[in-house]
Amino acid sequence: MQLIQLSDWLLDIAFLLYVISSIVFAVAVTGKNWAGRDPKQHEGRYGRIAYWLAVIGFVAQTGYVVARWIAGGHSPTSNMFEFMAFLDYCIILAYLIIYRIYKLTSIGAFVLPLGVIMLAYSYVFPKEITPLIPSLQSYWLHIHVTTAALGEGILAVGFAAGLMYLIRTVPQHISTKSTKWLEIVLAVVLMLVGFILMDSTFARMDQKTVFEMKKEEMNAVGQKVKPKVEYILPAIVAPADSTIIKEGPMSPLFEAPTWMEGKDAARKLNTMLWSVLTGAILYGGMRLIFRKRLGAAIKPSVESVDPDLLDEISYRAISIGYPVFTLGALIFAMIWAEEAWGRFWGWDPKEVWALVVWLFYSAYLHLRLSRGWIGAKSAWMSVIGFVIILITLVVVNLVIAGLHSYAGV
Amino acid sequence: MDQRKCECGHTNPVGTLLCESCGKPLNVEVHEQTSFPDMRYEGMARRSQTNKTKVIDRVWNFFSSVKIAIGIIIVILVASAVGTIFPQQMYIPVPVPTEADVARFYTESYGTLGTIFYGLGFHNMYSSWWFVTLLVMLGTSLVICSLDRVVPLYKALKKPRLNQHKSFLKGQKLFAEGELAPEADQEAILDASALALKEKGYRIFRTERAIMAEKGRFSRWGPYINHIGLILFLVGTLMRSLPGFYLDEYVWVREGQTMAIPNTPYYIKNENYTTEYWSEDEMPEQLELKGGAIVKSYQTDAILYENKSAGVPGKKPDLVEVQKGPIVVNHPMVQDSVYIYQSGVQEMQLGALNFTVVDLKNNKKEIGLIKIDLYNPQPEQTIADGFTVRILDYFPDFIMGKDGKPATKTNLPKNPMVALELIGENGNYNEKLVYLEGTILTQKKDPRYGLDIKMPDLIDIAGLNVRVDKALPLIYFGSFIFLAGVAIGVFWQHRRVWVQTQEGSILVAAHTNKNWFGLRREVDGLVKQAELPVTIEDKTKAKA
Ligand code: HEM
Repeated sequence: MQLIQLSDWLLDIAFLLYVISSIVFAVAVTGKNWAGRDPKQHEGRYGRIAYWLAVIGFVAQTGYVVARWIAGGHSPTSNMFEFMAFLDYCIILAYLIIYRIYKLTSIGAFVLPLGVIMLAYSYVFPKEITPLIPSLQSYWLHIHVTTAALGEGILAVGFAAGLMYLIRTVPQHISTKSTKWLEIVLAVVLMLVGFILMDSTFARMDQKTVFEMKKEEMNAVGQKVKPKVEYILPAIVAPADSTIIKEGPMSPLFEAPTWMEGKDAARKLNTMLWSVLTGAILYGGMRLIFRKRLGAAIKPSVESVDPDLLDEISYRAISIGYPVFTLGALIFAMIWAEEAWGRFWGWDPKEVWALVVWLFYSAYLHLRLSRGWIGAKSAWMSVIGFVIILITLVVVNLVIAGLHSYAGV
Repeated sequence: MDQRKCECGHTNPVGTLLCESCGKPLNVEVHEQTSFPDMRYEGMARRSQTNKTKVIDRVWNFFSSVKIAIGIIIVILVASAVGTIFPQQMYIPVPVPTEADVARFYTESYGTLGTIFYGLGFHNMYSSWWFVTLLVMLGTSLVICSLDRVVPLYKALKKPRLNQHKSFLKGQKLFAEGELAPEADQEAILDASALALKEKGYRIFRTERAIMAEKGRFSRWGPYINHIGLILFLVGTLMRSLPGFYLDEYVWVREGQTMAIPNTPYYIKNENYTTEYWSEDEMPEQLELKGGAIVKSYQTDAILYENKSAGVPGKKPDLVEVQKGPIVVNHPMVQDSVYIYQSGVQEMQLGALNFTVVDLKNNKKEIGLIKIDLYNPQPEQTIADGFTVRILDYFPDFIMGKDGKPATKTNLPKNPMVALELIGENGNYNEKLVYLEGTILTQKKDPRYGLDIKMPDLIDIAGLNVRVDKALPLIYFGSFIFLAGVAIGVFWQHRRVWVQTQEGSILVAAHTNKNWFGLRREVDGLVKQAELPVTIEDKTKAKA
């Protein structure tokens, strides 16, 4: 019991340190040109502070992992909360390694906020330590999930460097296709932030809206019942053909189109609408503050970095992350699946998405090596690749059900 | 006729782009780096670039193209992703015995999109002919592209040219030229360069007026090794369709039963089945389980027998115990190449009905017990002196047939109906009864003997999945080779640096298969350390 509390505290401390580190990093890269400062010295000093904050945060998170591992008796990778927190841990680890190699301050200014978002996202899920169901009781669970998470963490750093490359190199004085897409990517990141903000706020408020479908359906034991749908977020859109049986904070504005007949389709649509909405508000607010494209607003902070170095970091991260991911998410996964289910591959959605990620990065490597896709094209690929990883983590776990989907939100 | 002569005097095979001997581009006027032949194979002839007319050439060229390969990869990627939008048929959570049920499931659960999904056959996408064709195309492409490149690559790596033609050096992405002062000691400059490169881990090849430094040559084999790994993997998956390589059987074995495992010489007995739940004090944290419980283990205690007379037609099974032990999830029972997995369970199924026969006319005095094993009912049992019970009729899964006669829907005792005859007083008295759905129907109005229903025997039926997959070692081996190849290919890079002196000038050029940034840094280091009078042209800058 005590140990669990300790691990929770350590994680909170890590979270806090990452937040502070992100802020200091932002100061390091944006404050260079403040009056009376030597830009290099400023970036160096604050960058070092931020780096060490991240290191201490990482140590705290290591403490969390160890404490929770001991308390739970298994590696903290068995439900959505644990997995996302662990992925965050791997992102920070990958960052620390890449930083040791390239000593580039500004990379932290991108990776640490990403780490904060990931950790915040993990807090959205139930935090209890649940004992392992039989299929998870295998040392392959630890090996497979930890390695896969490590691979994804390294690929995430590849994404951050790729995004920096684009911000650094896409000309901002005119509006082009590149600037538009870059804004879209940044807006999507903000939508993820929006989702986390909304979901973590409302999950604690118990403001559920409950609908009952009019059409009866057969349940698992063969009785005809009217299915219920529970919204955590306020309802903008109601399921088609349903009645409210518990009012939420607002009444729905419209019904989902009738072709979206799945029981949970409307709830997913509702969550998506909120994410898009809050993301758009955040984005719009920032544009109002900066009075220019977000890409243009961030650009000065990476102006002094050699784009070739960013290209190199992104590629290096991906070329290390790729084999690690292959090992963890595909090969170890196959060995475990063989042991647990008697087949190494079963086209389960989670397996398929690991394959999709893998194929995508294979295409990336081919394009880069054989077709000379370096620089911008390669950076775009690194961004898309990470978006696919996010899809596998967020959408596939929550929306598409399968053998792997963890219980949760 | 099919040879090409270079001005240096060397004769090259057809299709060669850069002279094998001096590196001068053949038949191409090189003005700019962009028009310089692809350096990957140093201009060696490749079948796909040479023969282009016949159908077979076209097919070959199609599959040896990386562009096409990437296309195939992307198509597989997109198709795979689309296939996960709704569950595949095998993952449908409710029973769908007929094709019509399957169709209805998609329409009812997912609406119009579901209907389309089903209509396109996406509910069985991964085994569809077109998906399998894509995988086969990928495999073909892997084989052909490797064959197409491996010999040229071998030649390019094996015969590094030392004295390169100037236009070869000029054609490199990284190239620099500088004036040499007349009094400069060319020998010393080359020595210094060689030393600087050696310190960076290069292997040095030297002639009088030129050095070529090289490192990481073996890493060029990485992609070929990893592709071989992939090919082995794919071959492994194909091998499963060979007879004897692959077996996938499912047996339901109830407690106490011994079952033959189809297509193997084995029989398996389920001695006992248990589902265990986590108790509260085992949990690290108090959980709100809402009345549910979390399963700790599914376990079948089993005995595996081998039938020694298997394969001898008409002979009775001659069972010899070969293994005994628990089968638990994640810990299959292994016998030779046969793996037996704990895979499913039907718990608390009716196993036997229990009754006591009572004397209704004598204060319900108990006469004896009867047990009706629903899987193997005994036609007649004696329960007391001079008192026997006979089974007249038994329907395991009773329904009233269309013709008004009783019938059974399945062979499983889901809804047993038993007609019994109680025979007492050494055959002098008899009574007929029917048991159905927890009640007893009697023939006589005022019978002498009756039945009290007792708790039935409930049994568990274990679902065991039996697998043989002899290709598995090859599949794992292929995966391992793949990883090794990737590691060799991505953790090291192949780099070549040339330094040459020529008619009062010094030429520096470099080539790598990847990571130009790192190469650039090394060449910068070389120029600085050996004080070469050159400035490097930047053709390598990643373009925005
Ligand atoms: C799923 C299938 C495939 C995977 C996972 C895969 C993987 C790889 C990897 C990891 C590399 C090394 C990249 C690097 O070092 O940066 C590579 C290189 C390469 N692959 Fe593939 N590959 C696949 C299919 C193919 C196919 C079908 C072709 C056929 C055209 C092909 C042609 C090549 C070529 C030409 C290279 C570069 C070799 C060199 O320049 O030395 N690959 N592949």
